[in-house]
Amino acid sequence: MTSDTAALKSERTETSGQFSTFFVADLFFGVDVLRVQEVLRFQQMTHVPKAPEVIEGLINLRGQIVTAIDLRRRLRLPPRAGNQMPTNMVVRTDDGAVSLLVDEIGDVLDVDAATYERPPENLDPAARDIIRGIYKLKERLLLVLDTERTVNLAAAGDA
Amino acid sequence: MQDQDVIREFLIESHENLSRLDQELVELEKRPQDTALLASIFRTIHTIKGTCGFFAFSTLERITHEAETLLSQLRDGKRKLTPSLISLVLETVDATRKVLAAIEASGEEGPERFEHIAERLRLAAQSPADAENQGGTDSTPPLPAEAQGVIGSSETTEGSKPEETVVKSSAVADANIRVGVGLLDKLMDLVGELVLTRNQILQFNTEREDAALNTTSQRLNLITTELQEGVMKTRMQPIGMVWNKLPRVVRDMAVALGKQILLEMDGADTELDRTIIEAIKDPLVHLVRNACDHGIEPPEVRARAGKPPHGRLTLRAYHEGGQVNIEIGDDGGGIDVARVKQKAVERGLLRSEQAEKLSDREALNLIFLPGFSTAQTVTNVSGRGVGMDVVKSNIEKIGGVVDVFSRPGEGATVKLKIPLTLAIIPGLVIASGGERFVIPQVSLLELIRLEGDSSEKHIEHVHGTPVYRRRGSLLPIAYLNQALGLKSAQRSDAVSMVVLQAEDRQFGLVVDGINDTQEIVVKPLGKQLKGLTEYAGATIMGDGRVALILDVLGIGQSAGVLTESCEQSRVAVQQKSQAGIEQQRLLLFRAGSFERLAVPLSLVARLEVFPRNAIEHAGGCHVVQYRNRILPLVPLQAVLEPDAPGQNQMADSVQVIVFNDGDRSIGVVVDQILDVAEEAVMVRQKSSRKGLLGSAVIGKRVTDFLDLNQVIHAATESWFEGTGGSGNGKRILVAEGSAFSRGLIRSGLDMAGYRVLEAANLDEAIRGMEQQPADVVVAALDLPPQGSSALLAAMRQRTEWQGIPILALADSAGQAQSSASQTAGFQGCQDKFDRGALLESVARLASAQAVPEAAPTSAEAEPACMAEER
Repeated sequence: MTSDTAALKSERTETSGQFSTFFVADLFFGVDVLRVQEVLRFQQMTHVPKAPEVIEGLINLRGQIVTAIDLRRRLRLPPRAGNQMPTNMVVRTDDGAVSLLVDEIGDVLDVDAATYERPPENLDPAARDIIRGIYKLKERLLLVLDTERTVNLAAAGDA
Repeated sequence: MQDQDVIREFLIESHENLSRLDQELVELEKRPQDTALLASIFRTIHTIKGTCGFFAFSTLERITHEAETLLSQLRDGKRKLTPSLISLVLETVDATRKVLAAIEASGEEGPERFEHIAERLRLAAQSPADAENQGGTDSTPPLPAEAQGVIGSSETTEGSKPEETVVKSSAVADANIRVGVGLLDKLMDLVGELVLTRNQILQFNTEREDAALNTTSQRLNLITTELQEGVMKTRMQPIGMVWNKLPRVVRDMAVALGKQILLEMDGADTELDRTIIEAIKDPLVHLVRNACDHGIEPPEVRARAGKPPHGRLTLRAYHEGGQVNIEIGDDGGGIDVARVKQKAVERGLLRSEQAEKLSDREALNLIFLPGFSTAQTVTNVSGRGVGMDVVKSNIEKIGGVVDVFSRPGEGATVKLKIPLTLAIIPGLVIASGGERFVIPQVSLLELIRLEGDSSEKHIEHVHGTPVYRRRGSLLPIAYLNQALGLKSAQRSDAVSMVVLQAEDRQFGLVVDGINDTQEIVVKPLGKQLKGLTEYAGATIMGDGRVALILDVLGIGQSAGVLTESCEQSRVAVQQKSQAGIEQQRLLLFRAGSFERLAVPLSLVARLEVFPRNAIEHAGGCHVVQYRNRILPLVPLQAVLEPDAPGQNQMADSVQVIVFNDGDRSIGVVVDQILDVAEEAVMVRQKSSRKGLLGSAVIGKRVTDFLDLNQVIHAATESWFEGTGGSGNGKRILVAEGSAFSRGLIRSGLDMAGYRVLEAANLDEAIRGMEQQPADVVVAALDLPPQGSSALLAAMRQRTEWQGIPILALADSAGQAQSSASQTAGFQGCQDKFDRGALLESVARLASAQAVPEAAPTSAEAEPACMAEER
């Protein structure tokens, strides 16, 4: 991936952004790096009874109470293997910080706007709802996560 | 007390002014031609002089007055500015400071009179202007050398008289700084964090045996507590901030209402968190207005009651047990409990028999129900039935409590109990389903622990609903595990229960365990969880983990223990407020297997009980002699359930509902009269069963509406034919959207001998008319879809229907009169519930019509008058 980065950097990158990348199951996601507040290893959570299923619980982020949303469940993916601990990726949203539970954290990548494309029409609605677009990297596809939509559970409905 | 406050204000303001004077005077020396600057200096001195005069500080007034005179000459250009004059003014400023310091220390001006300064100022002002100005000032000096040496700057002035002129900086002025609210809020947040960290350290400490850590954490504990209190104090504001606008409110109210009201305020310096001050502002004003409007009587009424003509409105605020109490009391007529109850019944907030059972105290709390107002008239100030419920909900929103006390004839007092702050609250930590939760202490009434074998026995079940006998009254119980869908704990031999108060109701919440009480910092939940009514927020516990704060009301509602009364009355009010919902007085009774039947009370003439031996037979019917006439009796059960067994036995006495129509009467025999209810009939379902109009929910129970007309028809066909109802079988089309109203109108017309066609909307009406034209059309103004005018227009378009009279029906007499514009073209407009007038109008219109083919009356009604053997 570092070669990717280097190659991309050498090209015209004015319109492209930097993305923090992460994995959820076999999907490779990216979030605008400025949106990411911090990354934490798995934290103890307080379960919230009666909350929507995608909400894993609440974590204490230095005195701030942050809601943790499991991206696997948000994307209607099968649950993690029992011993696999998710990582908290705390993102800034219009309504404060929200933690997204992801499988693994990747590098920060510079991407070229020229490789951007809208997500395909036939994408699963659960994924289409929160994937803004796709950057076609050399080795794989980088899915751009729309964080505002991801944390907006009301809009998720049962699409 | 108050004077001191004002003087403090004066001191602060004067010190600010003097500092500015210093600056401006020095500036003026550099730019003597700057008239704007000079004018500003003049104004400042003038202000100080004015306030001194107000407080009768004569020394200050004298010297500032002289300085002002001098400055006015300078300002008007009568005198040229010289450095010596500036020095003189600066000296005046210093002298003023000294006097202010004396005032601050002792409250008085002190012995020094500063005569020499005043004298010099006077001389300077009197000396011949312009040409000899230099000499003028300098030649009249008690201390000329000094004044001379002073020329230049204020610093030198001080330098020349080091001990005296260097005035100690004022304690009052320096002790106050303006700080942005945002910074205070931020500080409060940080202290909240610190409290949490402190809690964590303390917990950590208990797990270790370390003397040094122990001492340090103790100190941390103390310091944090003090810091918390200190920061909280910075956000405190005296309640006087809100009160100071009340005198005006009261005065305006008194003038508007023609009353005399004295406002007394006690404890205006009681301090509250500023967020709370904000929250109680509106409720307070409302309560004061209420007291002026409803509480205090007009002077003449007061005079008659032997009270002084001016009413007394008292506001009191004081601290008590970590809370602030605010009392709004008046010496008016108090709250008339009987009228409150009566009003509540009239407004459909509760039933009359419920009202009777209420204690005076409970009855007083009725005024907090939405939609309640006892004001005889709606004035522009109050009496619209909104307000007290809003006051209550606003106060409860901030964790406060509202109470009302009344002494008839002597006045009423509303008491608010308000927490000091919102950010940090005491809470009880409980455990359930392996999780910890916090219950705000304000909602907590008591803790109950049921142990041993009896624990199961203590919780009893009513139709599957768990209840607990708490000091003689039943307490509904909810299980937190169930309410939140948590896994149940193992059965233990003890049950822990917290008794909670939600609004005006109480319930028990069974939890797995009760831990301890803690000061918690309330943090909001994220947007994703806002929809959950079960939680009021979250907090961070001593071990750093998050715990949810339960919303007592939300938990009660989701567990189903808080659904009725309060909510119901709210629903009822809402229903009522929508126009067109029929508010009916209904007679409830029982007959055969029908446990609850109803007829509109307006149709009922009398209720009678006849002994069995008074019942006779005539013409195959049961009859009784009643008021010198023969009253036919219809056993209701026989009509509704002709096949039911055992109806031949008559009890020793029979209950009879007597219906009148014109000069005829008929008695319907029922098993038992139950009640009279006034209800907005809400749910309706049309019945296909003979003798019934349909079902509705009355008093929370499903009740069948009797189709009186069918019952009577079925029983006594001859009753109609014998006397020949005025209708003579004319056809009436009733076009009305509401099935209930339609049924009512129909039954009235049926009884009068008309043949009735029903239509629920415009299409049905047209279709009905096409099949068989009616003699008279009766159409509701709000006939779906577009009102009765559409029907009128449709009918007037067809030649064959043009002559048919149409009567419009309004929901009330008021509407009937007021909607004249809507009723143009109709042959009249009637209140649909005024049966007599309606029948009269129909009869008038029907008889005006040419008589069409005579139709037989109710041919389909089967003769069901009981030919029973006894």
